[in-house]
Amino acid sequence: MVSVCFYFQVHQPMRIKKYTVFDIGNHHDYFDDSKNREIIERVAKKCYLPANKVMLDLIDEHKGKFKISYSISGIFLEQAKKFAPDVIKSFQKLAKTGCVEFLSETYYHSLSFLYSRKEFGEQVAMHSELMKKLFDYEPKVFRNTELIYNNELAKHVEEMGFKGILAEGADHVLGWRSPNFLYRPANTSSIKLLLKNYKLSDDVAFRFSNQGWKEFPLTADKFSHWVSQVNGNGTNVDLFMDYETIGEHQWAQTGIFQFIKNLPKEIFKHKDNCFMTPSEVIDSNQSVAELDIPFVVSWADVERDLSAWLGNKMQQSAINEIYAIENMIRSRNDKALIEDWRRMQTSDHFYYMCTKWFADGDVHKYFNPYDTPYDGFISYMNVLNDLILRMKMKK
Amino acid sequence: MRVLMFGWEFPPYASGGLGTACHGLTHGLNNKGVEVTFVIPKGGSDLKADHVKLISADSLSNIRVATVNSILTPYISSEEYSEKLILLKSKKDPSAAMYGKNLYQEVYRYAKKAETIARHHPHDVIHCHDWMTYRAGINAKKVSKKPLVVHVHATEFDRTGNNPNQAVYDIEREGLHAADHIITVSNYTKKMVVQHYGINPDKVTVVHNAVEYRPVPKRAKRKHTKNVLFLGRITIQKGPEYFLYAAKKVLSKDRNVRFIVAGSGDMERFMIEEAARLGIADKVLFAGFLRGKKIDEAYRMADLYVMPSISEPFGITPLESLRNETPVLISKQSGVSEVLNNCLKVDFWDIDEMANKMLAVLNYKSLHSELTEQGHREVLGMNWDIPAERCIDVYRHTMGAA
Repeated sequence: MVSVCFYFQVHQPMRIKKYTVFDIGNHHDYFDDSKNREIIERVAKKCYLPANKVMLDLIDEHKGKFKISYSISGIFLEQAKKFAPDVIKSFQKLAKTGCVEFLSETYYHSLSFLYSRKEFGEQVAMHSELMKKLFDYEPKVFRNTELIYNNELAKHVEEMGFKGILAEGADHVLGWRSPNFLYRPANTSSIKLLLKNYKLSDDVAFRFSNQGWKEFPLTADKFSHWVSQVNGNGTNVDLFMDYETIGEHQWAQTGIFQFIKNLPKEIFKHKDNCFMTPSEVIDSNQSVAELDIPFVVSWADVERDLSAWLGNKMQQSAINEIYAIENMIRSRNDKALIEDWRRMQTSDHFYYMCTKWFADGDVHKYFNPYDTPYDGFISYMNVLNDLILRMKMKK
Repeated sequence: MRVLMFGWEFPPYASGGLGTACHGLTHGLNNKGVEVTFVIPKGGSDLKADHVKLISADSLSNIRVATVNSILTPYISSEEYSEKLILLKSKKDPSAAMYGKNLYQEVYRYAKKAETIARHHPHDVIHCHDWMTYRAGINAKKVSKKPLVVHVHATEFDRTGNNPNQAVYDIEREGLHAADHIITVSNYTKKMVVQHYGINPDKVTVVHNAVEYRPVPKRAKRKHTKNVLFLGRITIQKGPEYFLYAAKKVLSKDRNVRFIVAGSGDMERFMIEEAARLGIADKVLFAGFLRGKKIDEAYRMADLYVMPSISEPFGITPLESLRNETPVLISKQSGVSEVLNNCLKVDFWDIDEMANKMLAVLNYKSLHSELTEQGHREVLGMNWDIPAERCIDVYRHTMGAA
């Protein structure tokens, strides 16, 4: 019996506008509303709306046997509410089918777990509240920003009451083990760990339209065959990817929508296959072994570590400074101030400052709203200084 | 493969980008086993008048330098040329009578010498650098019938801020049209050549400049006062006034910054007066014209090097600055911005943004150190063998077509 477990990440940061040293003390409009609107509207048209429609149709067609899960950041939903309210409505429709699980994450898609447990706890709580309010859903399974994970996180979220957690099934943590089982994180009692099958996930997310790939073109039939091969060697195939894969990273012309439409019926051709949400996988399987991951892993780049966000001195100094002012910001009891401070914590801001591979130009460059990582850093630090100035004046 | 090259300044005389580029390229060609007869103008009564002199370039086994007695120097203006000639005459220098009465006459006289050189030095291709040598290239080609490659390091439009001198423009245009192939130091310059001189883009190949690795001494400890450096000719092309206007803005936020202007040129007086008018004379230091080691010292004492050029075909100085571990802020209107990633870039006219970036580098330590480390690393990966190879490709192409 193999359960296919889909989790799609839905997130857009609130991008910071170009903010110069001469803006400090003069105005506090930090975020690039027009660019943020433009991106949300574009991706809504290319991905969120058509993809949600496909998912809804598949759930109908397969009479509730097709299941998926989403992790949707709070900062995304805030912007969707403002710029593309239809997107929220379509997620609400999906929520009503009962075939969709919503995962827990930090409201601001932040790296707060690494810097402040208090802030982390509050952001997770804020996110849960939003899930309840928008989708009438109480998340039971947690996934951290960019699948950043270690033993400590698993233990911490177990204590917060979650029954499951997601992580990258990276080779260097798994060794000879398979990602297609549940594991028990070291030093925990009951929480279960789901691992991304990165080979199969990346076949869809990254290689789908790569004509140089020997398996090109990828068909639902071929992919289902690979999934079925797991029978006897695993219980769950965890396909974790950005939702924007469907229609935005892989454009409609690549045939990605057709692939997704065809996938369930191909998967069901093998009688032992099914679809499950992460919670269902957890409820119907036992952990096969303990998995000890003392160091931090993520799903980013080949390194699968933190270097995309914290690899250079600019990133480190920026993030250290934003968390260094936590206590002072909180003490001001100013809602707007705290909100801006939190919006500044979104991991993407640090990703834009990444100089790794910058000279070669690649995926980092493609997603960067700034010309260079240095420009991103300068605007960020100028905004941070304005925030500090506001805080000081608030005494 | 034998190249007859009409270039500029062989060390130890190197000053300015043109000489540096010629020197670097010749090194690269030497490494690739190309034989070069490198012809340069060299003035002075120590040289036998009106005679071509051959000397060997030390350590470069494939390079021979041929000097022609002439007082042409890179970037010399017709006014400067006349002043130089008057000075020689007043010193009763015997060679003064030989030189052309004005810059253009001298360019033609120099070109005439090229015929003799072309006759006596067998070669497969002719390569010349910037307008004062184009005529020499054309004359050499008449004698040897070998293909002519013209290398554009700058156009009259760059040098004059879009106010070209017709006589210079005409010589440039003639050279570009006579050339079998054209090399430009950037896409930026290629566009210039295509737009302003009516050249078919297929005839133009872009070969970006490089910088040679050279170990640099350890930097002195950072001082309390922060220094921002301008280094280059103080002339319209280099945008020195934008440096001043940005300085004024920076000083409105932070008084603890010094602005150093190194170089000389026709706008020097204007700059001194403008600094006084802006009320920042005490914060702007004029270091005069620097050469050799002093240039490296200037980079090393600076916290940031700024190249605000209004039109820079390439711009080697940012690479030299990074070699000295000083981060750089460069104008987007430059060729070097096409190849250098780890630096800050700004439109030369955007004073606010220039000041914003200056202040960011001076105040955010991690930005300074990241720009320094990454930029230094990027520059270490450059060398002149790469542009030399691309020139060889161009030679082969023209020789095949001929």
